[in-house]
Amino acid sequence: MSTAGKALAEFIAEGTEILESLSRDLLLLDQQRGTEPDPEVINGIFRAAHSLKGLAALFGQERIAKLAHQTEDLLDRLRLGKLSLDDQVLDGLIESLDVLQSLLSEASREEATDSLGERVTTLGQRLADLGTVASASDEDPLDRLDLPAQVRAVFTEYEEHRLRENVRRGVALYRVRAAFDLSDFDTGLTELNARLKPLGEVVSTLPSSEPGGLSGIAFDLIFGAKVSSEELTQKLEGTPAQLFSIGIRPATPSPRPSESESEPEAVAPTLAAASVPARKTAKRKPRAPKAPTPEVVAEEVVATPTAKTTVLRALESEPAAETTEAHVPVRTLVQDPPTSRSGRGEGESARSLTQTVRVDISRLDALMNTVGELLLIKANLQRMVESVRQDPGTSLSKAWGQELSRETRQLERKLDALQEGLLEARMVPVGQVFDRLARLVRRIAREVGKEIDFIIGGGDVELDKLIVEELSDPLMHIIRNAIDHGAESPEARLAVGKPRRARISLHAEQKGNHVVIEVSDDGAGIDELGVRELALRKGLITEAQAREMSRRELLNLIFLPGFSTARSVSELSGRGVGLDVVKNNIGNLSGIIDVWSERGQGTAFHLTLPVTLAIIRALVVGVSGRTYAVPLNSVLEILSVKPAEIRTVERREVLDVRGSTLPLMRLARVFGHPEHHPDRYFVVVAGLAQERLGIAVDELQGQQDIVVKSLGGRLQGVRGISGAADLANRRTVLVLDVGALLEEGMSTERRRA
Amino acid sequence: MTSKILIVEDSRASRELIAATVESIPGLEAIPSSSGLEALKLLPQHDFALIITDINMPDINGLELIRFVKSNPALRDTPLFIITTEGRETDRDRGLALGAVEYLVKPFSPRSLEELVRRYLQLA
Repeated sequence: MSTAGKALAEFIAEGTEILESLSRDLLLLDQQRGTEPDPEVINGIFRAAHSLKGLAALFGQERIAKLAHQTEDLLDRLRLGKLSLDDQVLDGLIESLDVLQSLLSEASREEATDSLGERVTTLGQRLADLGTVASASDEDPLDRLDLPAQVRAVFTEYEEHRLRENVRRGVALYRVRAAFDLSDFDTGLTELNARLKPLGEVVSTLPSSEPGGLSGIAFDLIFGAKVSSEELTQKLEGTPAQLFSIGIRPATPSPRPSESESEPEAVAPTLAAASVPARKTAKRKPRAPKAPTPEVVAEEVVATPTAKTTVLRALESEPAAETTEAHVPVRTLVQDPPTSRSGRGEGESARSLTQTVRVDISRLDALMNTVGELLLIKANLQRMVESVRQDPGTSLSKAWGQELSRETRQLERKLDALQEGLLEARMVPVGQVFDRLARLVRRIAREVGKEIDFIIGGGDVELDKLIVEELSDPLMHIIRNAIDHGAESPEARLAVGKPRRARISLHAEQKGNHVVIEVSDDGAGIDELGVRELALRKGLITEAQAREMSRRELLNLIFLPGFSTARSVSELSGRGVGLDVVKNNIGNLSGIIDVWSERGQGTAFHLTLPVTLAIIRALVVGVSGRTYAVPLNSVLEILSVKPAEIRTVERREVLDVRGSTLPLMRLARVFGHPEHHPDRYFVVVAGLAQERLGIAVDELQGQQDIVVKSLGGRLQGVRGISGAADLANRRTVLVLDVGALLEEGMSTERRRA
Repeated sequence: MTSKILIVEDSRASRELIAATVESIPGLEAIPSSSGLEALKLLPQHDFALIITDINMPDINGLELIRFVKSNPALRDTPLFIITTEGRETDRDRGLALGAVEYLVKPFSPRSLEELVRRYLQLA
């Protein structure tokens, strides 16, 4: 890759990370709508926009830099309390995230479309016009705080704002002082922060060179507590922290310049600003200093309690009233955010950057292939060991044979661990996609005037990165259908006695080595008779077939190419892309899609997907002298069946298995091989989701770990085949696509009817 | 004999770009750090000829880092550059008041950073 290409890739990678964290935090804000927003979440979003702006500008991505800057500007007003968070602001932020994502995706393709450029301009203007000005007060609460001037000089504008907010609300403020050893102060500080966070807000962390020296370092944490001093003291027991209360004088209105929108420059005047040396390069407005200026640089931090601070342990009286407002609203997310937030938290986030390595998935693929080859070598070794042990003519000693066998088993265990480790490295939480979809739901619901509660669950379930990437479009399509065709308008819902707001739920759950993702709604449901009529009209099925079809089969017609129930082509669905494409996409991931619907009750789509596509355990079977591999994760059991036990019901071959009827498919017939008529068939019972199918084969050759490789060329579109794999004896075999065969099992018979 | 430059910036891509620019100057070695806290750990381990720090960072902000450096006799003479963004003049002014000698406003070109570093370290 060229240097420029590398730089772009680096920019795209970090930009993507930033937008992901932005998206998570916006989702949190969205869920906390109507409550007091958590300042830390707002600040996290601001920091993300800020980082993206700097990053984009640095890499010459002007459109991204521009919009990120406008977004940051809005967020800055928000976090500095100059703007209140209302629906318009939140919607603006969400749209800005959407546009930023599109911009990043264009940047990665080195494109820049005019339509997106226009969106940037309009949105930028909208963001600039947004917001209600929060009421300005004419006194600066900071002036009432007993904080030495040199401490105030190191607060950033934002930290000052947070302090002001805490004073305004009557929150008790403390200076938490803790000294640590130089060797592990970061760990100590992180632990202290973790203890403090649930108890209030860490406004600022001030490192001090006292006690300094070579042995230690001390920190002063400026802390706004939302618990009583007793509880704070008790919770900090066992930590090196000392607690000092910061005195707050009662408010006395004093005339001072207000901090309104019209005067963004008029922040609390500081000592620092007053003592700025004149510089040619800097253009800045002079500010009137409020206090006499001491030395610019303080020799030491406020390390020792001054006359104004009170050591709590001396049991002085309570400093200030408790806050009455809920400080951190309850999170309504079902699952924790899948990954730690970058650029947030104390210490932890900074460290996580250094402990994470981004690896191109193709490198992991290459490693996976090597593991696959090692597995073949291991299988060959095992075969050799076995033949040596069974050959009486061999001159090798028995002890040697046993040792070789032991070593091979060791190798097998290590290879298993290696394989598992590699698979884990490819896993990402499916929540990454869910978060993106949540924003989409809000936007679409607004556009079509429906009121929807979108419920997400199981976002921490992990899947192979490649599968998660491919899930985005199919899920989006299904959710769009749910909003467009499933959820009724609020009026229509009330008319049938349903709650006004429709519920759409997106839920993932791990079941063994599969993940089931369910998209369900409590809307109108699918009218299977309407589906039947439409399928007949479009010539997708014949009258005779329609008569024989069960309700479930009728519902499944919606997956046929050319089927669309959309009466009108809206922007959401019916854009020439039907559920058949969704079904194919899921099929390409070796998954299966299933639909359940009850008129008036709602609809649910179930997507059953393998956890990984990289290495699978397979059952090797033979049919008409050819060998195939069947993924073991979809094999339920194997039966041995006499030809006489195969019955034909309504022109379909079936077996009776423990009282229930199992559809049967002869693999030789499916692939057009000459059929043998053995005395016994082996029937591999395969199942995915609710579907069951018996696949008749001539012989079973054993089990093996295989690396499935995709097929190119003429074989790519062959239905029922998902790829190829090398076996231990260096033979290449085709791997069955069980999902597709299950489909085939249902429709073949129909076609023959 | 190489001179070490400490770069404190929480954006990875920016950090790498600044480091690459610094290292394009012969005789300079960039020591990157992704947070104020990490910078505090690195400070006693090397003798830095220059510190370039961002101001808004998640754990310890750049202003606090400057104050820490300036109040520590062993580090006091190390020159500091601050990186700010447009619209954060108050923060920038405080940084300069605390003892930073130069500032760069994002976005800056690698060339302007290189010139500033060369001029300050009196490199040809």
